[in-house]
Amino acid sequence: MAEPGLLVALPLAACLAAVFLGRRGALLVWVTGPLMLVLTWQLARAIPVVEPLGGWAPPLGIALRADGFAAAFLVMTALVAAVVGAYAATYFAADPRPRRAAAFWPLFYAVWTAVNLILLGRDLFNLYVGLELLTLAGVAMVALDGRAATLAAALRYLLFALFGSVTFLIGAALLYGRYATLDMELLAVALAPDTATVAAAALISVGLLAKAAIFPFHAWLPPAHAGAPAPASALLSALVVKASVLILFRLWFDVLPPLAGALLNALMGGLGAMAVLYGSVQAIRQDRLKPIVAYSTVAQLGYLLLAFPLAGAALGAQPWSAGAWTGAVFHALSHGLAKAAMFLAAGTIMLAAGTDRLDRLGGVAKAVPVASFAFVIAAVSLMGLPPSGGFLAKYLLLTYAFAAQQAGWAAVMVVGGLLAAVYLARPVNALMRAAPAEGARFARVPAVLQLAPLLLALAAMLLGILSFEPYRLIQVNNPAAAHEGLQ
Amino acid sequence: MTATLVYGLAGSVLVGVGLYGFAVRRHLLRQILAFNIIGSGLFLLFGALARRTPDGTSDPVPQAMIITGIVVAFAATALAEALAERYQELTGRTALEEDSKPAPPDEQESELRG
Repeated sequence: MAEPGLLVALPLAACLAAVFLGRRGALLVWVTGPLMLVLTWQLARAIPVVEPLGGWAPPLGIALRADGFAAAFLVMTALVAAVVGAYAATYFAADPRPRRAAAFWPLFYAVWTAVNLILLGRDLFNLYVGLELLTLAGVAMVALDGRAATLAAALRYLLFALFGSVTFLIGAALLYGRYATLDMELLAVALAPDTATVAAAALISVGLLAKAAIFPFHAWLPPAHAGAPAPASALLSALVVKASVLILFRLWFDVLPPLAGALLNALMGGLGAMAVLYGSVQAIRQDRLKPIVAYSTVAQLGYLLLAFPLAGAALGAQPWSAGAWTGAVFHALSHGLAKAAMFLAAGTIMLAAGTDRLDRLGGVAKAVPVASFAFVIAAVSLMGLPPSGGFLAKYLLLTYAFAAQQAGWAAVMVVGGLLAAVYLARPVNALMRAAPAEGARFARVPAVLQLAPLLLALAAMLLGILSFEPYRLIQVNNPAAAHEGLQ
Repeated sequence: MTATLVYGLAGSVLVGVGLYGFAVRRHLLRQILAFNIIGSGLFLLFGALARRTPDGTSDPVPQAMIITGIVVAFAATALAEALAERYQELTGRTALEEDSKPAPPDEQESELRG
């Protein structure tokens, strides 16, 4: 049984149930987590799968389609959500503010529903609905604390996201007016490079970049992701922003290759490079743990856009087809696992130390050794050191950059890797410092809060060690443009 | 000038006015209003598209999109209003500050948890 519709319906049902269960909604995750892992695993073994909802085929109906790209992210999402859910169940169990704990669970399942819908949907309006559900749930998660600073962060996030929504929708209206369908497969067949289509492509892309916090639309992300409670930060950084980038990939590699060219590649690559450099430098300048991790998300999202100039470069010069595209997909998967691990570890460290200021964290590795170890493992993957999934991603992207003699993009990746080593070395150093700061007292934290981040960090590491199966999975029904590039 | 064209142009003007307001105004309520004006223009545009069938009958798909879009815009507006109201209660401000640095964490959190 591998029905894509079930992967959307199940978390949606859990979302509705959680509204009524309140704090007891925490118990649901022990059912939904394992169940979704099994269902996504079955789907990954059955792909490619197409399900026209209600038996109506596009353009009248909406079809859910699962290819390798979707399946890989569905499994990653299920793993991240299940572990974050288990973490949150413990994290919020001791929460002194019961309303916050109760409000988290419907939002948690709304995010899960929306991400799965976005991964399976191929209708631009359906994707718009998914993006809106994701945005509204994400914004509410940022505002969970209800303090003035986090409300401001949530509002800023919402304003950027609403701007992205309307530009996306204007583009979708133009496409519907031109082609009378919003189904991606039908659009790809009918596509003509005329003015309306180019304008629509530009508007939709700008909307997605704003929602994904890609430079220069990044300003909302660090305060929002740093201010949310730890389990919410993990979901936001690992899944929510990435969903918009994945739609951007689908759009350009599946539907719009005839419009692509050197200008698009230079533009996307340029934005990606700016994100990598700006995010990394800002991360170095922070003196608290969560803002460092949040700025690192700005930087890491930039690498994904480097797939635009590098895909298909040096065609035939490499043993692997679609290597740069696959590298970017691997990067998104490993970043999802490692970043979720890092935010969960940061949350545990904050609970133990009572603060996330780097100069107050000395000795915390003795109080929460497993969470600190998880932070270090996740950092290894983010820096792109072997044998992590992050290493494999950067290796694929770098090999392609060198084979195509695109030394500029390669330099961005190398410098980005070095800067990542710098901004992650500071928190690692602070954690491992033996002497506690004066007057520092460490609270005891439950074991689950230490084990959950370790599990995700190890998964990021295993993605590199056992890379054969994920690699094979990603290639199922991958787009032709992933091989030939966007020329 | 056909009725469809009038609707289409009116929708486009509303989108333009809304985008201007969204970019220029800093008062949160005005920004939320601007978002709603853009939305109204867009729905008008979708409505005009629905009329452009060769035989003059209405295409139901854009109409379904309008209804869905209105629900989504309503939800977004409600969330934005609620956040803006609470923000104003706590800070007395009606606009966001220009700089957006990550705020320090809730230092009471661990004390509350004991």
